[in-house]
Amino acid sequence: MSETTRNGATPLVQLAPDAMTPIPRGPLPILPSRPSKMIDLTVDGRAVSVPEGATLIEATRRLSIDTPTLCFLENLTPVNVCRICVVELEGSRALVPSCSRKAEAGMKVLTDSERVRLSRRMVLELLASSVDVSTAPQFQEYMRRYGAHPERFGAAAAPANEGERDAAVPGRHHTGHGHSAATAASVAQPVKVDNDLYVRDYGKCILCYKCVEACGEDAQNTFAIAVAGRGFDARISTEYNVPLTESACVYCGNCIGVCPTGALMFKSEFDMRAAGTWNETAQTQTNTICPYCGVGCTLTVHVQADKIVKVTSPMEQPVTNGHLCIKGRFGWEWVNQR
Amino acid sequence: MDLHFTSEQATPQEQAIVDAQVARMRGDIPQRSYLLPVLIAIQQRVGWISPGGLNYASNVLGVPPADVYGVADFYALLSTKAQALNVAHICDDIACANRGGAALCAAMEAALGPAGAGEATTWHHSPCLGLCEHAPAALVARAGETASSMLLPRATTGPLLAILAGAEPVRLPIETSLPQFGDASLKLLRRIGHVDPFSLTDYERSGGFAALRRAFEMGADAVMREVEASKLAGRGGAAFPAGAKWRSVLANPGPRYLVCNADESEPGTFKDRAVMEGDPYAVIEAMILAAFTTGCELGFLYLRGEYPLAHQYLSYAIEQCRAQDWLGANIQGSGFLFDIELRSGAGAYICGEETAMLNSIEGYRGEPRNKPPFPTQVGLFGKPTVINNVETLINIPGIVLEGGAAYAAIGTERSTGTKLYCVSGDVSRPGVYEAAFGITLRELLTLAGGVVGNLQAVLLGGAAGGFVTPEQLDTPLTFEGCRTAGATLGSAVVMPFNDQTDLRQVLLRIAAFFRDESCGQCVPCRVGVVRQQELLQRLSASAPIGDVASERALLKELGQAMRDASICALGHTASSAAESALSKFAIFQPR
Amino acid sequence: MGGGTSSYREIEEADFIVLWGSNARETHPIFFHHVLKAVHRGARLFVVDPRRTSSAQWAEGWLGIRVGTDIALANAVAHEILHRKLEHGEFIANATSGFEAFRAHVELYTPEYAASICGIDASLIRALASAYASSENAQICWTLGITEHHNAVDNVLSLINLGLLTGHVGRWGSGLNPLRGQNNVQGGGDMGALPDRLPGFQHLENDELRAKFEKAWGVTIPPKHGWHLTGMFDAMDRGELKALYVIGENPASSESDQHRTLRLLQGLDMLVVQDMLLTKTAELADVVFPAAAGWCETEGTVTNSERRVQRVRKALNPPAGVLDDMEILRELAQRMGYDLGVKTAEEAWNELRPLSPMHSGMSYARLDQTEGLQWPCYDESHPGEQYLHARLWQWPVVGPLAPFTCANDEGPLEATDAEYPICLTTGRRLDSYNTGVQTGRYASPGRLREAIEISTADAKHLDVCDGDRVRVISRRGTVEAPVRVDATMRPGLAFLTFHHPDEVETNLLTVDFTDPRSGTAEFKAAAIRIEKLPLLAESQVAQAVTV
Repeated sequence: MSETTRNGATPLVQLAPDAMTPIPRGPLPILPSRPSKMIDLTVDGRAVSVPEGATLIEATRRLSIDTPTLCFLENLTPVNVCRICVVELEGSRALVPSCSRKAEAGMKVLTDSERVRLSRRMVLELLASSVDVSTAPQFQEYMRRYGAHPERFGAAAAPANEGERDAAVPGRHHTGHGHSAATAASVAQPVKVDNDLYVRDYGKCILCYKCVEACGEDAQNTFAIAVAGRGFDARISTEYNVPLTESACVYCGNCIGVCPTGALMFKSEFDMRAAGTWNETAQTQTNTICPYCGVGCTLTVHVQADKIVKVTSPMEQPVTNGHLCIKGRFGWEWVNQR
Repeated sequence: MDLHFTSEQATPQEQAIVDAQVARMRGDIPQRSYLLPVLIAIQQRVGWISPGGLNYASNVLGVPPADVYGVADFYALLSTKAQALNVAHICDDIACANRGGAALCAAMEAALGPAGAGEATTWHHSPCLGLCEHAPAALVARAGETASSMLLPRATTGPLLAILAGAEPVRLPIETSLPQFGDASLKLLRRIGHVDPFSLTDYERSGGFAALRRAFEMGADAVMREVEASKLAGRGGAAFPAGAKWRSVLANPGPRYLVCNADESEPGTFKDRAVMEGDPYAVIEAMILAAFTTGCELGFLYLRGEYPLAHQYLSYAIEQCRAQDWLGANIQGSGFLFDIELRSGAGAYICGEETAMLNSIEGYRGEPRNKPPFPTQVGLFGKPTVINNVETLINIPGIVLEGGAAYAAIGTERSTGTKLYCVSGDVSRPGVYEAAFGITLRELLTLAGGVVGNLQAVLLGGAAGGFVTPEQLDTPLTFEGCRTAGATLGSAVVMPFNDQTDLRQVLLRIAAFFRDESCGQCVPCRVGVVRQQELLQRLSASAPIGDVASERALLKELGQAMRDASICALGHTASSAAESALSKFAIFQPR
Repeated sequence: MGGGTSSYREIEEADFIVLWGSNARETHPIFFHHVLKAVHRGARLFVVDPRRTSSAQWAEGWLGIRVGTDIALANAVAHEILHRKLEHGEFIANATSGFEAFRAHVELYTPEYAASICGIDASLIRALASAYASSENAQICWTLGITEHHNAVDNVLSLINLGLLTGHVGRWGSGLNPLRGQNNVQGGGDMGALPDRLPGFQHLENDELRAKFEKAWGVTIPPKHGWHLTGMFDAMDRGELKALYVIGENPASSESDQHRTLRLLQGLDMLVVQDMLLTKTAELADVVFPAAAGWCETEGTVTNSERRVQRVRKALNPPAGVLDDMEILRELAQRMGYDLGVKTAEEAWNELRPLSPMHSGMSYARLDQTEGLQWPCYDESHPGEQYLHARLWQWPVVGPLAPFTCANDEGPLEATDAEYPICLTTGRRLDSYNTGVQTGRYASPGRLREAIEISTADAKHLDVCDGDRVRVISRRGTVEAPVRVDATMRPGLAFLTFHHPDEVETNLLTVDFTDPRSGTAEFKAAAIRIEKLPLLAESQVAQAVTV
């Protein structure tokens, strides 16, 4: 039902009078030249060249080295907070984050040294001992790759009550002097379900900042969420932890699109998982175009048993850069209802 | 922007507070950089950041409310929940805990109930308040129309409760913080206690602004050469050569900014406070000198939120300097334009980290930035920025007046000039000491009247530093000397502990400190400091996972990852004290 | 050829963007992401809109003009550019025609004169003119605020004038862009779903072009152009059109002056509706063909607002008994004695390629390998064109010069008067789409119930507040609606959407004046009056709530 009446006959941009004869084929558009100098460096003893301004992770990718990332996405500004992508750079006292460190001529980089492996393993263990990573398959693959054993830090502490982590006060942990150290602190807490479109399960949040970036300047510019609190109590929050329905949220779901752990999840997926019917192996993913406005956003339609179960968009797509609006991401319910 | 707000409205009082701050905004820097001043003003008057007040501030400054909340909720001295108007922050950090701090906390609990409870009056545990020479310290904040806050030395229960109820505190003269008071050889401390900190006349009579006059005659290039010749190293902890930093900033196109780091918050550090409370104009003159040399038009003095008296002196001094043409469009007819914005922190150790400080000034959460790019290239508001610590800066006038070579002749080859040391802990005469680089630890402790009791260990450099043993007392207190001893001079904390001190408790308090103060941005530090604290608690409770040896190995691994993979120095140094203690003392040994 | 001249990528790299009669923040949210990238880079954003929309809240300059005064504004912008000598003389001399007449025409439109027509401050007009003309790369983007007027074509031409005047067209980063309100509006036009065009915008009344199609299809094509949709309704009114086959349209809800629309549809001898859902129009039909969801249950292509031809793919099977549009058409043709010949979407596409030069280079293989190609794309080695009209910068220009047009400002045909003192304009909201047939079926947490938005001053005058019910009366019909007071609305202006016809039948109020050249109705301006309804008694409120 594309209701073309509304502007089906919109006047067209015609830079010639109502041409009965076609306008002749013109020259090709002149695109801005983007010259770029190449930078030579060495990664794991292998020479590689990258364009000026490229980061070390691009250099590793050119050599088909699979550098693990959690907080990095090509369509977001690197925040370099997860530190799993660190590499060893000759001459640097500490390891450097490959996602944001710009390549410089003559750099010598090691991506799989013992130091690198130790830090990556530790990052995985620190996260997995404090966060539920059960819906983060990529994360689990990294754990296998680096031999992570989060249980070294002890059994996870009991989950927080609803709102408890949101009420934490910065700088006030130490009142717990000498409290029981038998368990490892974790971010486990009840799931926040305050609308029909998506849920926020912050017990699965590794605080990668991606959702904040997608809600903010990198995509949606709605700024409904930010990081609040400090230290281990830092968390993603609306102002005063108000429900999404009172916040600035416009339900574009771009935060879900970038979440690496399933902390942000379509309600449809959340409900199916709860019911035990979610089955990714039985799902297909098909790229098509959004049926609503004329922008032409690519939708990846996830289908299970002839029902749409969620919609995403490819990150490398030039129209969307992986981002959608509420209609594209959630406005498909009617297809299932027929 | 299309901002969305919840329905809460600001009270007329809150609106007036915000409007008054907004009326003072400069037009040449982003509005958002007034966010923290606005929040602090609301906190001081209203006692907390209410949703209505936050909405109003958010709307006026054009910063989304969730973002403002994230900033407000970052700082320990701001409260996003309604709380008592009168609040006491009691230091129970390493210098104060055993000197009455812990007892005072217990007494407050008995009088006012658990920390945070109480409707009109309440109390909280606090990290180091920078008043270690007068332990135990307390900070009192009284909100309301006549808001006031004060740092209390040698706090005791009765007077503290009276002050919370509105009584005026008794102040100790500043010279009580300077055991060398009266010593004619003092350079950096020479005015303190001898001049009225409010008086610009006093300052000028005692040689103030002579260096700046000289600098205007010499020209910026010549000053730069003297600073380079002095080999002055930064006193903030990293010991980076000031001349090289300045040169690097100058190499980048303007506008450029100067930031004076007065966010002294390393546990055990109080020297900058003494300088600012005793000789505030010296800090201002030094900032003007630095700005003149590096071509900065605007400077920010970022002062620790826990230093209300220093704030009072500095803000008055800045006003006086503006009135007397020492700040402004054409300073003393030199054609040089410079002004200073005094900014307060609000209870966050991390904001002493230079890039976290930049974010804090810009109105963001005090989260450190990844380096490179360095602030000298991309600093405040993305522009080249000179960042120097208070102590570093106050060396500049002397260098200008006496020449870089003369300055470099003091101290050692690689650590030039005199140094301020913060001596506290189990020592007879705690206080700020000035001595030429090269003085040994033994000599300094002797100067301070000697250790009280049998020396067990000395913590050098604060929570981010490390321990030395009684056998290492002949270590020269230079950057290189400390490094050789497997320690760090850091912010020049010298804190001896006698054999009555339970070092394990000290380590636990340091671990708690880092857990409290980690900004939470990067994983190795955010979770690492928690795991470190838990591990030390397990060892302390003799309840290791596996055995003690494997716990010690895990701690080492954790330290390695925090050092290697954290974003900033907080994470890099969070395990230093524990690791040095475990390697040098017989604690937490496998059976 | 007609379409937006620039790519979204160019929007990101522009130095100046004006959204003219467009609330892209809500109606083209992902396009607005590209706009915001430019804004964050330092681009200057202006918004021309009677309402201070969420888009306008991002702008450096908001020109809150009276509804339907766009041409006066555009002419004044041209006047100001000329008087400040900011025009691109070389481009005008080499690539355009009709400049002198245009110069004379806009001489009357001083910023002050236009300001009095538009109801804004003249300084805003000057600011817009100077920012537009002095920017290196500048974009004009518009939507239905320009095209849903009785003089829509003149509106568009007056904007094109500005691009010609400043040379802001035919270059990387500068352009003139209609943001298509609906998925594949562009593609429909591309494929000849216009009364006077064959696929590829080839003119139907050009004998040579028509002959090409006739040869390929083996049929004779009537040599005269047909009717626009609104023209069809007029023809129904005249009794000339008696049977209607509606594919994917819901005119019963979406057309203006709904009383008339329903009367005409009901008066047809036969109405056939082919749709994915049983729309209001389908309910009136003699025959309904249930169709598959075009975007996810069929194969094919659509064209977006940057002329990018994109592949639509089948992601799931339609419900039992439901066929895709092409199958229905083929079956129908079969039964009417004609074999369409092609069976798949790709076969249909390949039939088009030799006939439509601008699509010739787009094979399905290429469309599948890329993220779509932008037309024109003349052969398989052609990359497609990121922007149009590069030829205007190659002098002497090959082909026709780009003409200036002297557009007269005419306000809305239905002016407000003492009896109908308020101008009702219509539009969309972020989470809903058109008549809500699709979007009404997902649970948007932020969805607002339909309400008539009026200014604070009008609310005071009418003595109503948020939630009070009012009667809204136009010359064509009456609806009841709750009030929402919006402090950003100008007095004398009211706003409704047509997303929730079950709540408020907005199109009972709208006018059916149409632009004779585009056939688009003036949805953006109807004169209304608002009357306060007596408060419901408590029992009635309770009843209303339970209902």
